[in-house]
Amino acid sequence: MRTSVGKSIVRVDAFDKATGRAKYTDDLCDRSALVAKIVHSTVGNGLVTAVDTSEAEKIPGVVKVLTCFDVPDNPFPTAGHPWSTDPHHQDVADRLLLNRRVRYYGDDVAVVVAENEVAAVQAARAVKVSYEEYPVLLDVFDAMKEDATQLHEGFPGNILAHTGFRNGDYEKAIQEPGLICVEGWYDTPTVQHCHIENHICFAYMEAGRVIVTASTQIPHIIRRIVGQALGIPWGKVRIIKPYIGGGFGNKQDALYEPLCAWLTTQLGGRLVKLDCAREETFVSNRVRHAIRTRIISWVRPDGSFAARKIECYSNQGAYASHGHGVGAKGMNCFPQLYPCANVEGDCWTVYTNRPAAGAMRGYGIPQAMFAGESHIDDIAKTLGIPPLEYRNRFVMHQGYVDGFSKNENYYDTFRQVLEKGEAVLEYKKKYAQYQNQTGPVRRGVGCAVFWYNTAVWPISLESSSCRMVLNQDGSIQVQTGETEIGQGCDTAYSQMAADAVGIPVSDVHIVSTQDTDVTPFGLGAYASRQTYIGGFSIKQTGQLLKERILKYAQELTRMPVSNLDLQDGKIVRVPDGRVLMTLGELATEALYSMTHSEHITAESTYQIKSNAYSFGCSFAEVEVDIPLCKVKLLNMVNVHDCGTLINPALAEAQVHGGMSMAIGYGLSEELKFDPKTGRVLNNNLLDYKLSTFMDHPHLEARFVENPEPTSPYGTKALGEPPACSGAPAIRNAIFQATGVAVNQCPITPHVLFAKFQEAGLFEEV
Amino acid sequence: MYDLAALYEANSVEEAVALRLQHPEAQIIAGGTDVLVQMREGKRAGKALISIFGIDALRGVQLEADGTIRIGSLTSFSHITKDPIIQKYINVLGQAVDLVGGPQIRNAGTIGGNTCNGVTSADSASTLFAWDAVVELTGQNGIRRLPIRDFYLRAGVVDLKPDEIQTAILIPKAAYEGYFGHYIKYAMREAMDIATTGCSVNVKLSEDKKTIEDARIAYGVAGPVPMRAETAEAAAKGQPVSKETVSAFAKAVLQDVHPRDSWRASKAFREHIAVELAKRCLCESIRLAGGEL
Repeated sequence: MRTSVGKSIVRVDAFDKATGRAKYTDDLCDRSALVAKIVHSTVGNGLVTAVDTSEAEKIPGVVKVLTCFDVPDNPFPTAGHPWSTDPHHQDVADRLLLNRRVRYYGDDVAVVVAENEVAAVQAARAVKVSYEEYPVLLDVFDAMKEDATQLHEGFPGNILAHTGFRNGDYEKAIQEPGLICVEGWYDTPTVQHCHIENHICFAYMEAGRVIVTASTQIPHIIRRIVGQALGIPWGKVRIIKPYIGGGFGNKQDALYEPLCAWLTTQLGGRLVKLDCAREETFVSNRVRHAIRTRIISWVRPDGSFAARKIECYSNQGAYASHGHGVGAKGMNCFPQLYPCANVEGDCWTVYTNRPAAGAMRGYGIPQAMFAGESHIDDIAKTLGIPPLEYRNRFVMHQGYVDGFSKNENYYDTFRQVLEKGEAVLEYKKKYAQYQNQTGPVRRGVGCAVFWYNTAVWPISLESSSCRMVLNQDGSIQVQTGETEIGQGCDTAYSQMAADAVGIPVSDVHIVSTQDTDVTPFGLGAYASRQTYIGGFSIKQTGQLLKERILKYAQELTRMPVSNLDLQDGKIVRVPDGRVLMTLGELATEALYSMTHSEHITAESTYQIKSNAYSFGCSFAEVEVDIPLCKVKLLNMVNVHDCGTLINPALAEAQVHGGMSMAIGYGLSEELKFDPKTGRVLNNNLLDYKLSTFMDHPHLEARFVENPEPTSPYGTKALGEPPACSGAPAIRNAIFQATGVAVNQCPITPHVLFAKFQEAGLFEEV
Repeated sequence: MYDLAALYEANSVEEAVALRLQHPEAQIIAGGTDVLVQMREGKRAGKALISIFGIDALRGVQLEADGTIRIGSLTSFSHITKDPIIQKYINVLGQAVDLVGGPQIRNAGTIGGNTCNGVTSADSASTLFAWDAVVELTGQNGIRRLPIRDFYLRAGVVDLKPDEIQTAILIPKAAYEGYFGHYIKYAMREAMDIATTGCSVNVKLSEDKKTIEDARIAYGVAGPVPMRAETAEAAAKGQPVSKETVSAFAKAVLQDVHPRDSWRASKAFREHIAVELAKRCLCESIRLAGGEL
């Protein structure tokens, strides 16, 4: 029975987080901890020839300095993917704890451990490193050149991976007479997640095991990676994940947990803390892949596609991390979103000397949507068809089934979300009004759709485990391996568990912390899968618990189980609706009965063998001040079909956050590199232009609730989708306002200055 | 945890001067919104600090007997914005400093710190330049006053003697009476940013509002230190209030400004923006002064 699901209950962690009571990693670390500071490379590509630690070791308070010459030769993969027992599907193991062969400006060369932070910082500055330097390769095409330095052994041309697909016959299809060819290159930047809490971890040893508390999304995966990096049995590692201040995918990777774990083993098991500074987070954690995309569409005058081609060049940066999966995901949605019989795709993922790119909210789709949805407007403009009309005609229709994932578009979602978004923004009216403007300040509207899928099946393992324990008072503890990272899954899970068991949500105590010694095995928080994936095991475990409760109720009430139900925390005799006892009375009896005492619990694993499409769109309205090269975002609307909403208020908040990320992606955020050294120039929150509250218009989040038939709660992805279509909607609005097609993001004043100059707009106004 | 050698706290100007002489190596700290950031970055790591933050006598805005507006150096940005004297006579300064960083920075940061920092991008500086502000410095031999343009020596360096602290910023009556001004901060976002270019203009119109009696324009980030654009000022002075004058004024700034190429913005872009800002600031100043274009 649905009594909690669907309600906008207050977040279960709201009070503690708003009052500062919630404990994060640093709050939990004992003040006696030693402090570790990493020495980062000051060359972008090279080899460490020597490290002089003598001056650093003289600084009072310094306990130990360890270098790339001290670490075990034990390459490990860092991606937060489920482990694959098939060697061909395992992540590339290309990292050491500290690296002699440095591959980006900011690589980890040495580490200082001191009694306090000041001494550690001073000592880290005093470590002298000598290098043999190689030319820096920041762009994919430079890295792919024949004479380019090879960054990793076994990857000629610096190509980490290349995949592609061939549907139909592209070459033959383009011979059709009367076709119009629209071609474009679209570039997206290297950006960083900018979660509030930087990555931090601390480690110590106890009973011969290494215990790491970390700000991570994926505790069980981190246990495996720490074991691999240190070369110790995985059971010798225990990972604890408390509340974390956001992750957005950066913490879906082993960051410094392996290094910190190793440090404690080098310090006799003493407690050591490694807390990244914001400057380090920008450079030496993970970033979003910058992707260069080329799209060629052969269209008929009526707009229909004869053939299409996509090429993606994904900038991996220095280490494999999540690797090819990101670019490939973007490429693989291309033939689905606007189906066409003859399509070719190729994606190259290329090592460069940029910071390592990993998972970031949207996992290749914000890049793919910027390219693909900008391109749709380019086609519409070429053909003189209004862009919204073009999308309505050609975007994926109801009933589409993807051959590989078996995902099905059960509803006519795209047309539904576009209709809703159009109405909220009054797009058509404004589109007509903003045609053919003159003058220095012009307005425009734009739209873009996005493709997403919820989880990772059938590419990777999808399983979820849940444990429920009944307390004396009829309340329950719930534990899952999926993690709360700020997105609100503790609250959504509490609501789902309440309904699954048949108790009020106030009687559900979600255990927020994951501890790999205690928490059921789970893969953590990634993709947009928590609510979907967790739902299966919560429902299954809830039913199991309920069965056990009703069985015990049978003993106490002498009524057949088939006549009993658990509703709102009460044992109800179904035929006449009489309340026989409360669950609290039953639970107290169950634990203290002199005849039959029982600790009533349930635990189960559900292996999910389905996935779910999750689609939506963005609409944007902009005002462009041409002489100032500035875009003011006036309105933005996102519409999502993420199935049935578990908690509408949380869903809306999730969409707002994603829209904010999309605004930064579209207009202001990018890491800038010194072309000579590869040094990141703006690795701080002043020079990296994360959009602020003042840069946001009112953000309107709307939903189309088509229940997802594969989910026990009718739910599907909403974590990443809000970040996917905002940037191209803004780009397309600028296109309408000015007639200038900007094929790169962020669309900063610097970019517009060059584009407006090229288009002669300054003379015009 | 900051890497600082020592912290000396002054409770009066005299104590501050004495501490300056006793600890010549020490760095003055007021609101700390720049100094602490620099310490953390390592630029001033390990330094001793002389805090003047407790000298309440240096806080507040006063109108002196001769009409000079006196802004104590420790007056915070948010104080300046809300101060009735500022609002009445030189509101543009309050508007300009309201664009610094975010609310927390504006509550802690001081106008003295903003100018002593010596950076070209300071939001207060271009407006102070445009209003012929005078900097008051106090040392062992008493008070020294100098025009703000002489106070800035080069990027990051101001004329502050080893025994001195800045005690006030003064706007003489002749500099503000009858003048109306406007400031535009051009930055990459609407808050928490430093200016790509900042432009402050003020004008005094004739009684009939038809002639520009005087026009002053100053920039931040158009050179290594804040600067006035004198060619542009000359192009507007004594000219009729007209679109042509505005245009001539705006174009003339290119003879004065010399921004550089940096990774933050290109020279060409900054020049383009400088012209556009001059135009817009002058138009708005004329409007505020009661003129019509």
